[in-house]
Amino acid sequence: MSRRPLTEEQETQAEEGRSVPLSPTAVNSRLVPETTALPSRRDLLKTVGAGLLLLVALPEAEAQESGGGGRRRPDSASQSIGAWIHIAADGAVTVYSGKVEVGQNARTSLAQAVAEELRVPVGAVQMVLGDTDLTPYDMGTFGSRTTPTMIPQLRKAGAAAREILIDLAAAQWQVERSALTAGGGKISHAATKRTLTYGELVKGQKLTQTIPADVALTPTAQWRVMGVSTPKADGRDFVTGKHTYTTDVKRPGMLTGKILRPAAFHATLKSLDAQAVKALPGVTVVQDGDFVGVIAPTAHEATRALAALKAEWNTVSQPSDQTLYEQLRPGSKAGKTAERTEADPAGHTIEATYTVAYIAHTPLEPRAAVAEWKDEKLTVWTGTQRPFGVRGDLAAAFKLPESSVRVIVPDTGSGYGGKHTAEVAIEAARLARAAGKPVKLVWTREEEFTWAYFRPAGVLTVKATAQTDGTLTHWEFDNYNSGPSGIRAPYAVPQQRADFHRTQAPLREGSYRGLAATANHFARESHIDDMARAVKIDPLAFRLKNLQELRLRAVLETAAARFGWDKRRPLPGHGYGLACGTEKNSYVACCVEVTVDRVSGKVQVTRIVAAFECGAIVNPLHLQNQVEGSLVMGLGGALFEAIRFDQGKILNPHLSAYRVPRFADVPPIEIILVDRKDLPSEGAGETPIVAIAPAIRNALLDATGQFLYTLPLAPNGLKT
Amino acid sequence: MPDRHNLHINGSVHAVEAGAERSLLSVLRDDLDLTGAHYGCGEGQCGACTVLMDGQPTRSCITPVGAVGAKAVVTIEGLEHEGKLHPVQQAFLDADALQCGYCTSGMILSAVGLLKKHPTPTEAEIVSGMNGNVCRCGTYRRIVNAIHAASRSQQKEARR
Repeated sequence: MSRRPLTEEQETQAEEGRSVPLSPTAVNSRLVPETTALPSRRDLLKTVGAGLLLLVALPEAEAQESGGGGRRRPDSASQSIGAWIHIAADGAVTVYSGKVEVGQNARTSLAQAVAEELRVPVGAVQMVLGDTDLTPYDMGTFGSRTTPTMIPQLRKAGAAAREILIDLAAAQWQVERSALTAGGGKISHAATKRTLTYGELVKGQKLTQTIPADVALTPTAQWRVMGVSTPKADGRDFVTGKHTYTTDVKRPGMLTGKILRPAAFHATLKSLDAQAVKALPGVTVVQDGDFVGVIAPTAHEATRALAALKAEWNTVSQPSDQTLYEQLRPGSKAGKTAERTEADPAGHTIEATYTVAYIAHTPLEPRAAVAEWKDEKLTVWTGTQRPFGVRGDLAAAFKLPESSVRVIVPDTGSGYGGKHTAEVAIEAARLARAAGKPVKLVWTREEEFTWAYFRPAGVLTVKATAQTDGTLTHWEFDNYNSGPSGIRAPYAVPQQRADFHRTQAPLREGSYRGLAATANHFARESHIDDMARAVKIDPLAFRLKNLQELRLRAVLETAAARFGWDKRRPLPGHGYGLACGTEKNSYVACCVEVTVDRVSGKVQVTRIVAAFECGAIVNPLHLQNQVEGSLVMGLGGALFEAIRFDQGKILNPHLSAYRVPRFADVPPIEIILVDRKDLPSEGAGETPIVAIAPAIRNALLDATGQFLYTLPLAPNGLKT
Repeated sequence: MPDRHNLHINGSVHAVEAGAERSLLSVLRDDLDLTGAHYGCGEGQCGACTVLMDGQPTRSCITPVGAVGAKAVVTIEGLEHEGKLHPVQQAFLDADALQCGYCTSGMILSAVGLLKKHPTPTEAEIVSGMNGNVCRCGTYRRIVNAIHAASRSQQKEARR
């Protein structure tokens, strides 16, 4: 258990990711192939050399980012390589990237990037992702970085490959390369109607090239594959149950493990009675200090064995969620703390304190790993957003060189920033080493809710001043504990200060989709509405008056126009709210309508309109889906999600007690994607989450006149 | 002590030795290698483990295998027919009604059960019929659209 607040690294981390099992042929096989049959990464450079292998060299800045300053680096040969792409003699195009697929459809968008530049159909590109033996080092799939960093790298690789293929054809035909065109997986010479497929061109070649940084990319206006709605890669495998998640991986002789969890956080083992368990056939108890696990032939036998262990724990007194905000910032109480209006020559000033609860990622596939030791080499299949980070953590845990550890990430049942750490992989590997056989470990939902990490809770204070005409003149913003992401107000305020303060946090904290941008936008955009009210200006007009950022104005005006903001009419029990925000170079605005039942207090969001802009759109279909998903996830944190805890225990570690959004919570959602073909493509997995909570808060204010200052806003409805 | 169960799954009979109290989910996944049904919560709250029993969507994680008897079980693996996707599977693909896909098997089987009961469901019938299934990626509206589309294509097929 770590009590530390967010590190800088965590602050840059967030959400993304996908991977292929070992080889294209293994995709649909539950019994994944023997690891010894696979080439190591160095071998790969030699063995796939037949054909054309392109190494994508990273620009210096991106190499830094991928390497992670000061962290242990992988072998130097690959650290400046972002991806590689191989064209085989049969024409097969295989792309190797350390990114992972967790539902955000990176597998599709990355294939689109290569297909666009290489002039092949997207289906002709096979992506190998998230396998530390097969793919180049990557820091991880988070921070909305796949689109702005990996896509340009792969486009360069595809473009360079295309140019080399043209060179090869020009040499073979003894013609000017300018007379040749690439398309449909072939190079053509129009004058003589000759064609050569890429496979024919690379046959017998053994080319390894590093791509020059200045290779020309296809202009956005000429895109044919990028910018086009492209269906999910391997979609059929997901609707037929064929896809192999980590939880589905099976290895020869594999056993199942379970871990004995302490009675509370920071508890130490006082005594263990394993007599009853040792008598069970085929069951092994593994103990190493406070680490206790059982291994059994099947999951149900392991579960039974775990239940038969009798353990006593030394526990320590720990705080509860009832005093959470007092812990983060003594004296904190959510609500308005001061308001000076009219008579004040400085203008209208409002001070308020906002609070944000701990919430859990709740990926539907819990943490899982399958570990296998063979000839002093450790292979672990696990659903993680940081395959190379987990490899490093495994190497450190078992005092192995990183070259003796392989991490393979099957396309994973989501992450949302919650699958960065290595615990389950290390636990599975400990059990597998003790068993001398492969071991699978799947965390229960309760373990996932308890022993993972949480989106940080926070206390946020805002003090702002506006003139009677609505001009913001003063802005002071302090975030205690939840983090600095998106802390700067995008409004043009002459006097602005925003600071993040680290504190002692009672629970283990980590990345989450959008990080603290959700908390910071909640406090800011709620406060903006309250300021607008104080000076009696419409919240849309108030924002526009103080907003010079053109891209943000554009999404705000777009969403408001589609929603019919200016035409809205008051209805009893109805409320309308809006909010906007920017983070990671993308822009979002949300308008929502809510109803509050006067008798039951039931809160229902009845309509959401959102506009989103992230530069040139790579895949409109998947972008739309991603924005929708962010809004729905954000709705949960806005209205009802909260982790409750006391004495080192999570009090609601079940889906029956921790409420996530369901069908009945989600209204019709209308999304307007603003496509800026003149701007670089940015990530979209996170930013669409930031504006929904304050938009709902402002709508609830409109509906009920109640000023709310806490997330979640209405876990038990809202009595009026 | 393990009992012998003759389970009727996807049109064939599977003999399984298992304690009667073991969950159907664990038997499907661990004994029969039918891993399309997923563990999500273990308390029947998320629907990732949903299978059909005599056409009824059922949470296999809280169904003891001893209670299955001769009921016909359909898992996601049994929905495709002669290489052709079930209309609901096809509709999920067409509507891009998934992201990570972990909930998808359970969503599809719940939808198949729903459409059996309500061949042309209203919005409210879809919401109440599907509300026990969680999609943490938040594709609910797409799933609603997929179910409407599947209903239309089933109606069209029936009229042929």
